[in-house]
Amino acid sequence: MKEMYDLIVVGGGPGGAIAAKNAAELGLDVLLIEKRQEIGDPVRCAEGVSKICLSDHIEPDPRWICADLTGSRIYSPDGTMVEMSEEMSGGEVGYVLERKVFDRALVDQCARAGAEVRVKTRATGLIMEKGVVCGIYAMYLGEEYEIRSKIVIGADGMESKVGRWAGIDTSLKPTDMETCVQYLVTNIDIDPQFCDFYLGNEIAPAGYLWVFPKGENMANIGVGILGSKSGDHRAIDYLDKFMRDVYPEGRIIEMVYGGVPVSGPIEKTVSDGLILVGDAARQSDPITGGGIINAMEAGKIAAEVAADAIKKGDYTTDTLNEYETLWRSTIGKEIEYSLVVKETFIKFTDKDLNHLAQSLSNVNFYSLSLKDLLYALFKANKKLLWDLRGLFRDVVNNNFEFKYKKNQFD
Amino acid sequence: MSIKINRYKCGYCGACVGVCPSGALELVETWVEANDCCTSCGLCAKICPVGAIEVNK
Ligand SMILES: Cc1cc2nc3c(=O)[nH]c(=O)nc-3n(C[C@H](O)[C@H](O)[C@H](O)COP(=O)(O)OP(=O)(O)OC[C@H]3O[C@@H](n4cnc5c(N)ncnc54)[C@H](O)[C@@H]3O)c2cc1C
Ligand code: SF4
Ligand code: SF4
Repeated sequence: MKEMYDLIVVGGGPGGAIAAKNAAELGLDVLLIEKRQEIGDPVRCAEGVSKICLSDHIEPDPRWICADLTGSRIYSPDGTMVEMSEEMSGGEVGYVLERKVFDRALVDQCARAGAEVRVKTRATGLIMEKGVVCGIYAMYLGEEYEIRSKIVIGADGMESKVGRWAGIDTSLKPTDMETCVQYLVTNIDIDPQFCDFYLGNEIAPAGYLWVFPKGENMANIGVGILGSKSGDHRAIDYLDKFMRDVYPEGRIIEMVYGGVPVSGPIEKTVSDGLILVGDAARQSDPITGGGIINAMEAGKIAAEVAADAIKKGDYTTDTLNEYETLWRSTIGKEIEYSLVVKETFIKFTDKDLNHLAQSLSNVNFYSLSLKDLLYALFKANKKLLWDLRGLFRDVVNNNFEFKYKKNQFD
Repeated sequence: MSIKINRYKCGYCGACVGVCPSGALELVETWVEANDCCTSCGLCAKICPVGAIEVNK
């Protein structure tokens, strides 16, 4: 480790890896640090990702793709099923990844692009001079280091500290976080090309339960409930009940816990010498909890803005604000729309959810676009979805394009 | 400070760190450390997906 770099990226998840890779490709002298001993492990993810945009960042590789999905099914509390298949999502649905391998492949790319990578290296604070971030304090194998840089990118995920150290309050309230448990389950009979979502207050209060295939007889089965609903019954209790009821023969070969920020955009994601990306900037989708693609998109934008700033020799908020503008006008827009839907959705009773699902039972999905689907939903459930009328208007008028979100998980 | 983390139950997911309003918690690889900024507000105990934290108010 040197004493000075152009850019230090804290966190080796998808956001950090893509930021470091792009910055290195743009000629910056980059250090990427990751506190864990192994990139991507332990996993904190259901590993579903839409194909759209993925290949902008990395060439799909069978080594980290466990399932190629052709559709999804949503189950309402009374068991009414709504199926959405490849045809309706425009021929491209999603993958279920093997994130341990995927995350490592991303960091491998960034190392090959010229970035220096240090694992088992934890940022413990920011070097600040007159309110300006100019590097980090870090611990590597128990030794403390001071490492300086022109810009720091905080890509340190949901448990992010980097923003807080710079005075940006990123702490989440329980209503702003889904609390999740997932099992990797084997010895079960599933459709390896479909992912299933279960809704309902008995199943997952203000959240959902997912079954994402990871091969022929294996799936990630997990549940996320809103933090404010957690207490006497926790995420693990809901999941255990579902396993007993639906997959009693299943054998659990891995456990994953996690928290997903569903707060929507925070007020500020830059300060002098600092940019936040991905979960650290609360850029995951408030409805689905999907954050991989958003983190990568944000990482790329952050790298480009950082490279420009360094060329100009100006790392102040004024210059870095370009990042705010760019991400808020792209991924930020979708996140805001999702937030409105989430706020409405968490108020639904099981009866409401059944109603919504039933109103789609006579719809021919194969000939519908997502836009038409939303419109059909709204028409049949105007009263229920009245709070979302602005959004439907935008969707129908094409003011809002689902560029990143052609399916459920991103 | 009266927070107790059962490290045998904890799955080092960091959810508790994300909600702590005083920044008292830190996830260091496979364990969570608490410093004395803790105000015993109990949010970490509420959010933990498995109930590995106990806070005595
Ligand atoms: C249960 C669950 C299911 C999910 N399912 C999906 C899904 O199906 N699809 C999807 O798209 N998203 C999903 N997500 C969300 C997704 O995992 C995140 O949005 C995504 O990983 C965010 O990427 P990131 O790079 O911002 O952060 P992360 O991937 O969290 O990476 C942050 C990295 O920073 C490191 N770090 C933290 N602090 C420090 C420090 N001080 N010093 C050094 N390193 C540090 C961490 O160890 C970590 O490796 C899920 C999340 C959970 C919890
Ligand atoms: S929320 Fe619970 S499981 Fe997750 S790190 Fe904190 S104590 Fe451990
Ligand atoms: S009780 Fe409150 S202040 Fe103390 S560690 Fe938990 S969340 Fe933080």
